[in-house]
Amino acid sequence: MMNDMGNVGRDSAASEIKIQARGVQVFYGETQAIKDVSVDILDKSVTAFIGPSGCGKSTFLRCLNRMNDTIDIARVEGDIHIDGDDIHAPGIDPVQLRAKVGMVFQKPNPFPKSIYDNIAYGPRIHGLARNKAELDEIVERSLRRGAIWDEVKHRLHEPGTGLSGGQQQRLCIARAVATEPEVLLMDEPCSALDPIATAQVEDLIDELRQSYSVVIVTHSMQQAARVSQRTAFFHLGSLVEYRETGQIFTNPEDPRTESYITGRIG
Amino acid sequence: MADATAGTDPKPKTGSTADLVRASLARRNRKQSTLQVLGIGAMSFAFLMLFILVASLVSSGYQAFTQTHITLEVFIDPEEVPLERLPRGGFDDVIEASLSSVLEDADPNDRATMRALGSLLSNGAQFKLRDRVVEDPDLIGQTVTMTVPVSDPYDQLHKGLIDRETPEQFRRLKNFEIAWFDQLVAMEAISKPLNTGLISNPDSRFPELAGLKGALVGSFWALSVCFAISFPLGIGAAIYLEEFAPKNKFSDFVEVNINNLAAVPSVVFGLLALAVFIGWFGLPRSAPFVGGMTLALMTMPTIIIATRAALKAVPPSIREAALGVGASRHQVVFGHVLPLAMPGILTGTIIGLAQALGETAPLLLIGMNAFITSAPSGPLESATALPTQIFIWADSPERGFASRTSAAILVLLGFLITMNAVSIYLRNRFERSW
Ligand SMILES: Nc1ncnc2c1ncn2[C@@H]1O[C@H](COP(=O)(O)OP(=O)(O)OP(=O)(O)O)[C@@H](O)[C@H]1O
Ligand SMILES: [Mg+2]
Repeated sequence: MMNDMGNVGRDSAASEIKIQARGVQVFYGETQAIKDVSVDILDKSVTAFIGPSGCGKSTFLRCLNRMNDTIDIARVEGDIHIDGDDIHAPGIDPVQLRAKVGMVFQKPNPFPKSIYDNIAYGPRIHGLARNKAELDEIVERSLRRGAIWDEVKHRLHEPGTGLSGGQQQRLCIARAVATEPEVLLMDEPCSALDPIATAQVEDLIDELRQSYSVVIVTHSMQQAARVSQRTAFFHLGSLVEYRETGQIFTNPEDPRTESYITGRIG
Repeated sequence: MADATAGTDPKPKTGSTADLVRASLARRNRKQSTLQVLGIGAMSFAFLMLFILVASLVSSGYQAFTQTHITLEVFIDPEEVPLERLPRGGFDDVIEASLSSVLEDADPNDRATMRALGSLLSNGAQFKLRDRVVEDPDLIGQTVTMTVPVSDPYDQLHKGLIDRETPEQFRRLKNFEIAWFDQLVAMEAISKPLNTGLISNPDSRFPELAGLKGALVGSFWALSVCFAISFPLGIGAAIYLEEFAPKNKFSDFVEVNINNLAAVPSVVFGLLALAVFIGWFGLPRSAPFVGGMTLALMTMPTIIIATRAALKAVPPSIREAALGVGASRHQVVFGHVLPLAMPGILTGTIIGLAQALGETAPLLLIGMNAFITSAPSGPLESATALPTQIFIWADSPERGFASRTSAAILVLLGFLITMNAVSIYLRNRFERSW
């Protein structure tokens, strides 16, 4: 059921660059959380960010949809291009950007609304459905992709906050895919899930890869190896190594990467 | 543990963690029980004071919730009340005649006796009779039954507030007047029903007729105007400051000033209203509209502070979730944050309005303590408000106003308790855990 190490790296060569980051630095007030990170993220592939806690994975991920704009003390420097467009260009509205770059957060954060409305909110504000039937269809499809449909199909109008932690996280995944983003940023989407739900989400990621670019932060090396084509290792705010997943796990270049994946730092 | 560096033995001499905890446990528990005793003491003191307040109000005010009435058969003598002179006529004379006919030793030809008889009934009795006759002139020449309040001294007598043992010269009622009243009681002409006039009558010079209607309507208008102004403005200001305004020196300055505004003594707002609303804009004095605007100035900072606190309490994860699916800031605020903050906002608003309801000083300054004997029919007409009515009554010399003052305070407290109960209900009803 799960993808194993065997298909790591497949067809990544055929991908084009979706996101291009150059010299990205992030400061929270005076402290620097990201130091000069440059990375190319490919289209139609899964990129994993790994690294010890506090190394800046979430911070960098949040740069990609300008989520750091909402933190008063955060300051982002450097260039990020998606599909060749500078996301910090004056003409780019973060709203437009975030409709294109969806996000699943580290902590599940369903709206305190019904399950149905949680999913329908994004499509509604973007006008993706012309009528109720279309909206119903989007909701069902999204919940199915989030691997939670069977559990909630009879209680669509109960509050999303009444679900278990793992169910909430899958609801958030379903909510993120409901707007059909081109890039999906997932910050530890499986940290609250059991192995079965994790496997379902991984299957979803694999399916999304057919059409989207997925970036996933994970603390599980096995997960990175299972789902991603390329892996980036962050350490203390710097990007230490970024290569094909198979190579980084079997033959790491940097001694810090090796220590991390063999469990000596972290 | 600090002596670990001094001694050679790295282990502290007192022993294991469990021993240390056990040693300090008694002291920790003592601290906790001290705190508990202090807390319970403070609470008991507060409750005791509240109890004394309410008890003294009830004991002095409960008498005002009933009113002594007299039921009389009055013959409307066409000679005293001729049809062609309506609405004028000797209505007091026919009432006095009816009284003298039922009472022994009340000589209808003695003027002093008749005057004393006339003061048995409330002054309003003759006007009540007049209104009935004007409405239906066929009553002239017939006998009508009317139930009217007795005047204040007899009301006091019936409620046992006048001591019959007091020597006659120190008493408000002479012996023969008391004898009359006893005759009326024996005839079962005297009743003591619930005093609906306390709520349904406007103010009056005569305590037995005075009611809170004008004050209630005045307070209603003032609070409506206050709400209509302070609620939208307060929420708007709070949303702007909290969600949209750039955080800089200027917004800090505004924030400090709003907090200061909430602490400005209310009398200052009254002076401001007097100078600006009445002085410059030429709005009428004593009007609930002006009162409401003045109260709005005071309520607004409360609402702004409550709203900002409620907006702040909405967890950032909800904002991130909405922003993450591509909602604009406007959509995040109005679609998610504001609805979630609404219970808190409403609670703050109700508490602000409850404060405004009890506020007296600014209303005194804009003249809402005038003596007005009819309820206002609109917010621009002169009126009093509940607290200023209490102020007026407390200042009146007649004995009957003493119990009415307490009763009016109880009515005001009743409204305040209701409003606070609603706010507590809202808070519990919509309380959320994220
Ligand atoms: N809102 C913030 N304000 C100030 N500092 C922050 C903020 N968010 C993150 N940081 C700091 O930035 C650094 C990177 O944090 P980040 O959340 O990106 O780490 P992470 O790699 O995602 O860690 P984890 O694996 O534990 O989620 C940390 O040192 C953190 O303390
Ligand atoms: Mg993180």
